[in-house]
Amino acid sequence: MPETAPPDPTGPDFDDEAFDAADLPGSHAPHPGAHRGGLGQTPSQTVGPFFGYALPYAGGPDVRAPWLPDAIRLHGTVSDGAGDPIPDAIVEIWGADAAGRPSTERGSFDRDAHGFAGFGRAAVDRAGHYAFTTIKPGAARAGSAPYLLVTVFARGVTHHLFTRAYFADEAAANASDPLLARVDESRRGTLVAQADGPGSYRFDIRLQGEGETVFLDYGTEV
Amino acid sequence: MQRPAPQPQTTQRQVSDEIAERHRSEVDAAASAGRALAAHPRRDFAPYRSTVLRHPTHELVRADPEEIELVSPAFGHTDVAAEEADLTIQHTGEPLGERIIVTGRVLDGEGRPVRNQLIEIWQANASGRYVHKRDQHPAPLDPNFTGVGRVITGDDGSYRITTIKPGAYPWKNHRNAWRPAHIHFSFFGSAFTQRLITQMYFPGDPLFALDPIYQSIVDPAARERLVATYDHDVSEPEWAIGYRWDVVLTGPKSTWMEPEDADHA
Repeated sequence: MPETAPPDPTGPDFDDEAFDAADLPGSHAPHPGAHRGGLGQTPSQTVGPFFGYALPYAGGPDVRAPWLPDAIRLHGTVSDGAGDPIPDAIVEIWGADAAGRPSTERGSFDRDAHGFAGFGRAAVDRAGHYAFTTIKPGAARAGSAPYLLVTVFARGVTHHLFTRAYFADEAAANASDPLLARVDESRRGTLVAQADGPGSYRFDIRLQGEGETVFLDYGTEV
Repeated sequence: MQRPAPQPQTTQRQVSDEIAERHRSEVDAAASAGRALAAHPRRDFAPYRSTVLRHPTHELVRADPEEIELVSPAFGHTDVAAEEADLTIQHTGEPLGERIIVTGRVLDGEGRPVRNQLIEIWQANASGRYVHKRDQHPAPLDPNFTGVGRVITGDDGSYRITTIKPGAYPWKNHRNAWRPAHIHFSFFGSAFTQRLITQMYFPGDPLFALDPIYQSIVDPAARERLVATYDHDVSEPEWAIGYRWDVVLTGPKSTWMEPEDADHA
């Protein structure tokens, strides 16, 4: 509720002639968070179960056309604390190009088949499985390893979860990566996609329990 | 962890008591630690049953954002047609229900506009039914309403959509559970770490206090930020009821700038 109640139109003091909605608290009001100095973060809410007709789009999982020679596959299963696959999750990836730089190509949705915009979105299937084709990014800077940023949304996930998919065949770079170094060794493997075929990497995401994926806080957990 | 047995007979009273107890303990914990309540919902919010097996039990690991995390995909006007901002013109006939306009601005934590960025929305129709094969609510579909829209924010971070006020609908969290009417919104900030999916609600909804999804946000001031304001200046005579809803995406400051943004920071 607004901190100051608007005039009660049914109350005895309400003067219909003088009423101007623009004077009500809330009209043109600064953002509610502004009362506390600085703008307050708009909170997250779950994506819910019914995004399937809204968020997926044609070509969403194909960040790079699968027939191009540098295309790789990143795929895996999203599972819950009982080890069961989650059939209503949606996964996004966002990655740099082969030189380690973010794409600034417009048209992430409606893109050229030979382009690379870096962003992809894939709903899981009924077995909780997602799959993307993209390219293997370059490292952003010396001393860090290449990775794809992975974001997970699902019914029952009130606030999306960020993680990173590093690549198992970048062992030397991974060994010096500052984020991987910060993660307890017993859990580090959850951040590393395993090669499971030519140009294919498996990255399972476990929201809870045994082998729980390491999820990341970028200072936005307010 | 074992899957909990289904509890179809859990009552609203029981769920409301769980919500109140959790809110009390969160408020006490924040007070004794001398910190503010979090703006985002708790991920382990048991009154919302689906969270029980779907929240991480380990603390999140703090990561320093690298360049890829400080920028966002470059959506643009080639991605979205202007008509996609009007959910009432997607079919040959007029959808049923109360026509509404929702407008506002998307800002970062410093109040700067989030420019030329993608917003996606989806919602139930006026009867509280989604065009989704798993929605089994016995309420009518509307052949003239799909409930999906997209818009790109303007240079001032503003957006404007025309749609139909969605209905409340039942869900199976507990006995007689009903979601307050809401529109789902998806945002991309200027940094990917500002990514946000949330729900916008309508003022004065009697279901707010009963809804474990809304109440998974413990801070009442933060909950209030999800509620649009009726704005008579947005309403259009003989046409539509107007709401205003501003959105703030906070996050690590971007060190990367588009050339055309060089003078706005």
